Amino acid sequence: MTNQQPEIQSNGPSKGGKGYFKAFRSYFSCVPMLGWLAGIIAAVLFERFLGDQISELLGLPKIPVLFGCMIMLKDFSLIPSALAFLVGVYFIPILLVGRALAPVFNGLAGMIYKISPMFSVVLHLALLYLALHLWADLSAYRLMTLKFTLVAVMLTLSLNVINGYMGEFSCSHPGFMALGAYAASVFTLVLFTNDRFFGEALLSPSMGVYFFPVAIILGGFAAALGALVIAIPSFRTRGDYLAIISLAFMFIVKSLIENLEVVGGPRGLGSQPNYASLPMVFGWTVLCIWVINNFVRSTLGKALNAVRDDESAADAMTVNTRRTKMVGFLFGAFWAGAAGGLFAHILRYVNPASFGLQRLAEILAMVYFGGLNSVHGSIVGAVSISLLGEALRPLELFKWIIIPLLLILVMIFRPTGLIAFKEFNVKQLVRPRN
Amino acid sequence: MTVFFQSLVNALQWGSFYALIALGYSMVYGVLMLFNFAHGDVFMVGAYISFIVATALTALAAAGTIAIPGWVVLLLTIVCAMMLNAIVGIIIERVGYRPLREAPRASAAITGLMIGIILETGVLAIMGAQRAKFPSLIQSVTYDVGGVFITNKKIMIVLVSIVLMLALDQFVKKTKWGMAMRAMAFDYTVVPLMGVPANVIAALTFAIGSGLAASAGCLFGVAYPVLDPYMGIVFGWKAFVAAILGGRGSILGATLAGFLLGFIEIFVALIFPSTMRDFIAYSIILLILTFRPHGFFGEPHSARLRL
Repeated sequence: MTNQQPEIQSNGPSKGGKGYFKAFRSYFSCVPMLGWLAGIIAAVLFERFLGDQISELLGLPKIPVLFGCMIMLKDFSLIPSALAFLVGVYFIPILLVGRALAPVFNGLAGMIYKISPMFSVVLHLALLYLALHLWADLSAYRLMTLKFTLVAVMLTLSLNVINGYMGEFSCSHPGFMALGAYAASVFTLVLFTNDRFFGEALLSPSMGVYFFPVAIILGGFAAALGALVIAIPSFRTRGDYLAIISLAFMFIVKSLIENLEVVGGPRGLGSQPNYASLPMVFGWTVLCIWVINNFVRSTLGKALNAVRDDESAADAMTVNTRRTKMVGFLFGAFWAGAAGGLFAHILRYVNPASFGLQRLAEILAMVYFGGLNSVHGSIVGAVSISLLGEALRPLELFKWIIIPLLLILVMIFRPTGLIAFKEFNVKQLVRPRN
Repeated sequence: MTVFFQSLVNALQWGSFYALIALGYSMVYGVLMLFNFAHGDVFMVGAYISFIVATALTALAAAGTIAIPGWVVLLLTIVCAMMLNAIVGIIIERVGYRPLREAPRASAAITGLMIGIILETGVLAIMGAQRAKFPSLIQSVTYDVGGVFITNKKIMIVLVSIVLMLALDQFVKKTKWGMAMRAMAFDYTVVPLMGVPANVIAALTFAIGSGLAASAGCLFGVAYPVLDPYMGIVFGWKAFVAAILGGRGSILGATLAGFLLGFIEIFVALIFPSTMRDFIAYSIILLILTFRPHGFFGEPHSARLRL
C-alpha cells in the first residue's frame, strides 16, 4: 500500500499529457481516409496557388521544397517562418478540411464503399496519385525524391518478404537490384534507343513506352534467376548460411558487372530512355504492394511464417518447407529486380558502385526501422528513412550520425521495428468512420 | 617459380590481416551467436588509434627527450592500440549489443551496421577527409632469397600475427576465462546459470576481438601507410566471409580461412586480370560453402534465428 501512493501521484501529469493526445485523436478519429486525402489535395492546391505569396510574406526565399527541412537547417533564423509555412499551408488546411467536412466525406465514403470496396480502393488510389502529382509538380527535386521513395518502398517490401516473413537474413538485395537494373536497361537500350553502347534501335523508339513494363518484368526475372543460384545451395541447411552466401553473391554480381565491358564495366551504363514517369512508378509501386500484400496473406505466406517460427513443426503440418522457402525467396528477388529496373530508368544511369554495401545498409535500415513482417511497416520505414535522408542533407556528415543513432534507438526499444507483425487491411482503411 | 614464391609471401602478409580480423568475428559469433557487423570499422578505428599513438611517439622521440629505437615504438604502438581499441570494443558491446541480448539476432546485426556507420563518420569528422599518412617506424630492409624479395616488414607482420594467434589459442584453451568462453559458446542459456558471468564474458570477447583488430590495423598501417575512414568496410565484410568459412567460433578455422582468402585473392590476381579478383574469389567461396555449409571446422548445428 505504501508503495502505491507515490506511483499514483507520478502518474498524474503524464496522464494529462496522454489525455490531450487522446482527445486530439478522438476528435479526428471520425475523419475517413477519403477526408484526409481531400485535405491533402486541398493543402497541395493551396500551396500551388498561394504558396509563393505566403512564402514571400513569411520572408522565405521560395516555397520550402521538402517541408522546410532544408531551409531550417541551412539558416536557423528562418526556422519560425518555415514552421509557420508548414502549419499554415499543410497542417491547418488538412485538419480543417478533414474535420469540417468529415460528415460529408463519411457519407460519400459509405456510398462508394457500398457500390464496391474495390472501386473505393481504386478511387482512393486515384486521389492519392492526384495529391502526389500536384505536390511533386512544383519542382523537379520533389519529383525525383518522390520517385526514389516509391522505389525504396518496393525494395523494402521485397526484402521484408525474405527477412521478415521468412525470417532469414539475406544480404543480396543490391545484387538483385543490379541484375534487374541492368537487364531492364539493356532491354530498353537495345530495342528502343540509338546509343553508343548498342547502336541503332531495333524497334521504333516510339513504341518503347508501351514495352517498358516488359523491361521491368524482365529485370524481375533476371533477379529471380540470380536468386535461384543462391537458393539451391543455401536452403539445404537452415541458419546463418544464407547471410554469407547472399553476401558472396552480391560481391559476385558487382564484380561480374564491373568486368562486362559490353555494359560499360565500372564506368556504368547511361542514357536510358525517360520512361519512368511518375504514373509509371506509382503504378508499379501500387502493384507491388498489392501483390505482396496478397502473397503474405495467402496460404503460401502463412506457410512462410510457419517455416520461420518452427521449421520442423511446419514440416509435420505438411508444409513443403524447401519449396516454400524457394518461392518466398524468388518472389522477393523478383520485386527487388523490378525495383532495380525502375531505379535505372529514373536515374537514367547505373554503375556497379551504386549496388554495393552502402545500398545494402540503406535497405536493411529501412526494413528494420519500419518493422518486420508488416506491409505498413515497410511503407513507413522506406518513406521515413528516404525523406529523412533527403531532409537532413544540409547537415552533411552529421546526417550519417543522426540516422544510425535513430535506428539504434529504435532497435533497443522496439527490436522488431516500429510497426511489426501487423496485417495490412486495405478495406479497413477505406471504410467510412461512423 | 620465383613469381610463385613471391606471391606466396605477399599472400601470407595479406592473409594475416584477414585472419586477425576474422578471429574477432569468429569469437563474437561463437560466444554470443551474433554477427558483429561493426567489426570492420573497429579495425579501421584500431588503425587510426595506432596512427595517433605512433605519430605521438615519433614526435616524442624526434623532440630528443628520449631516444627510442623504431621497433620499440612499433611494439608500444601495437600494445597501446590493442588496449585502447579493446575499450572501444567494450563500449560498443555495452551500447549496441547488450540491450539487444534478448532481441532477435537480426536486430543486433542492424545495430552493428549502424555503429559501423557512426564510427566511419566519427573518424571522418575528427580526423578530416584527407588520408592519414602512417609514420614509417622501422627502416625497410629487403632480403633477396633466391630471387624472392622479402622485406623485414613482411616477416614482422606474419610473425606478430602468428604470435597473437597462438597467444589467443593458449588463452582460450588454458585459462579459466577461456574455459568460460568455450562454455558460453557451447550453451548460451544454461552456462550463465552455472555462475559464469555472461556480461563479463561478452565484454571480454569483444575486447579481445577488437584488440586483435587493432593489431591488424597497426600492421596494415606499417605495410600500407595510407589510411582512410572507409577502409574498414571492404576488409570487414571479407573477413566476415572468412570467419564463416572457417566454421562457427573456431579459432583455427578462422585463421586458416583468413589465410586462404588472402591466398585466393593474391593468386587470382596473379593469373587473371585483377578486376576479376572478387568475382573468382567469391565464386570459389560459394562453391566451398555449397559442399561444406558449416565451414571447415564448424559442426552442423541448427542455429535458429531467434525471431
